[in-house]
Amino acid sequence: MKEVRIFERPRSMADVTTHYCPGCTHGIAHRLVAEVIDELGIQETTVGVAPVGCAVFIYNYIDTDMYEAAHGRGPAVATACKRIRPDLTVFTYQGDGDLASIGLAEVAHAANRGENITVIFINNAIYGMTGGQMAPTTLLGQKATTCPLGREAKVNGYPMRVAEMLATLAAPGYIARVSVAKPKFILEAKKAVRKAFETQIAGKGFSLVEILSTCPTNWGMLPVEATDWLVEKMIPFYPLGEFKVPE
Amino acid sequence: MGEKVLMKGNEALAEAAIQAGCRYFFGYPITPQNEIPEYMSRRLPEVGGVYLQAESEVASINMVFGGAGTGERVMTSSSSPGISLMSEGISYIAGAELPCVIMNIVRGGPGLGGILPAQSDYFQATRGGGHGDYRLLVLAPSTLQEAVDLTMEAFDLAEIYRNPVMILGDGFMGQMMEAVEFKPAPERKLPDKRDRAVGYRARRGKRALVKSLYLDPAALEAHNMKLKAKYDLMADRETRHESYLVDDAEYVVAAYGTTARIARSAVRLLRDEGIAAGMVRPITVFPFPYAPFQNLGSQVKEVLAVEMSCGQMIDDVRIGVAGKVPVSFFGRVGGVAPTVDEIAEAVRRLRKS
Repeated sequence: MKEVRIFERPRSMADVTTHYCPGCTHGIAHRLVAEVIDELGIQETTVGVAPVGCAVFIYNYIDTDMYEAAHGRGPAVATACKRIRPDLTVFTYQGDGDLASIGLAEVAHAANRGENITVIFINNAIYGMTGGQMAPTTLLGQKATTCPLGREAKVNGYPMRVAEMLATLAAPGYIARVSVAKPKFILEAKKAVRKAFETQIAGKGFSLVEILSTCPTNWGMLPVEATDWLVEKMIPFYPLGEFKVPE
Repeated sequence: MGEKVLMKGNEALAEAAIQAGCRYFFGYPITPQNEIPEYMSRRLPEVGGVYLQAESEVASINMVFGGAGTGERVMTSSSSPGISLMSEGISYIAGAELPCVIMNIVRGGPGLGGILPAQSDYFQATRGGGHGDYRLLVLAPSTLQEAVDLTMEAFDLAEIYRNPVMILGDGFMGQMMEAVEFKPAPERKLPDKRDRAVGYRARRGKRALVKSLYLDPAALEAHNMKLKAKYDLMADRETRHESYLVDDAEYVVAAYGTTARIARSAVRLLRDEGIAAGMVRPITVFPFPYAPFQNLGSQVKEVLAVEMSCGQMIDDVRIGVAGKVPVSFFGRVGGVAPTVDEIAEAVRRLRKS
């Protein structure tokens, strides 16, 4: 029987073991980005910008030119790179602490200027690397090490819906929210990531894909429980879908 | 070329950067340096460059980080509070060994302080400002012509040492008008910008990684020692100063920047009175010219550091003098410049004491 290869590591993904915890979905999100880079044939001309947070080592996993930016500043770094080298494809990969908290100004203004870059935004409703502190995206009632009794609106405000907020701006080309918690979501997520990169390549402006992700370690759950929790708790508050598509 | 033009300091600095090959400017408005971004916003598109007004100084300096990573000539300009905001990014740029030029048109502080000229950010410029063991190459011009000349060289220096270079000016320099001539910088051998920049993977056959993270302590120590060796090399090769009437001076004024201009007149006034005064003027403040202070003649009775601060550069002067003679201080602050008479009188007082 002839052997047919049906699954392999994307060429844009380095052949190394990641440092992520069991059940963490960063690996899936990385893979989707790498697959899209491969499919579009842009590995040699793509530049990634790593965040501060669990995903800082994305620069070891995605095999393209890479920057490692200061916390939250990825969109500023990407802005300059793309303005100077419009021939390159430039993306940032940022968590919710990096993007929605300390870097909110940078992402909002990059979006508002319509910078022709792609942002992959991982929303797992918590700070991962620093050990489970509250994020701007932490759900009401969700426990974190800095809101041990659960997030309370009158103390900490409400979880922030980044995709919807940025979709109110005129300039962005593509904004979507997806998830990688279940196989059917992963297929949709892949399409969105691809659309985001295609938006950039077509010169249609800022693109952002918010990816709802799990953090079993800091949520204090088993990996499968975490995916269920994401579907039951996160998706009702953070609806999936496209909020802005290129004309 | 060869023609003198009357220009405002900030505009002369901006034009010098363009003539030095800078094509990318990222900045945020702050007084008293606004004419730099304004000039850039008009001129850069004319020469095929990009001017971008960022949402903050924090974003500006990170755009400079991103821009420098492409290997092109990038810069920003700001004034004291803005430089404070940029300090994190400057640390990352130094850590990632990226070349760029930062112009600091210093105003009075602390806090919002004021908008008038000061030299109160000497420590910030020469001791880091941001976190970690890093140094900037800091050029401190005294006249607009020197500011233009040093700017023409600054981009080369940044590329040679893969390090941010700061032009340390002050509000006087930014706002005054003077005749300047744009002369090309001395020719230097420069590294190929594509060696480490993003966007040249196919050509290089290897990806670029622009980063400052070294989690392994041995690797970070090695990185720190490599940076240290670079700063030592700068000290060895790039230290500059001007000695003015120092050979027979009994009283030596130490001053840099605009203050040195005023001090020069004071030295002349004192000489007319028969007082043997001289001046050592640091042109680089990092690396600091310790040698002229170490090598002061035995006739020197005292050194007077004069600054528009409460006494910052005086620390370096003391390191250089190393206790051989007394070092005293005269300064005006808050946007007030010392007058020629005040500096002369401060020297006369040394003689009486």
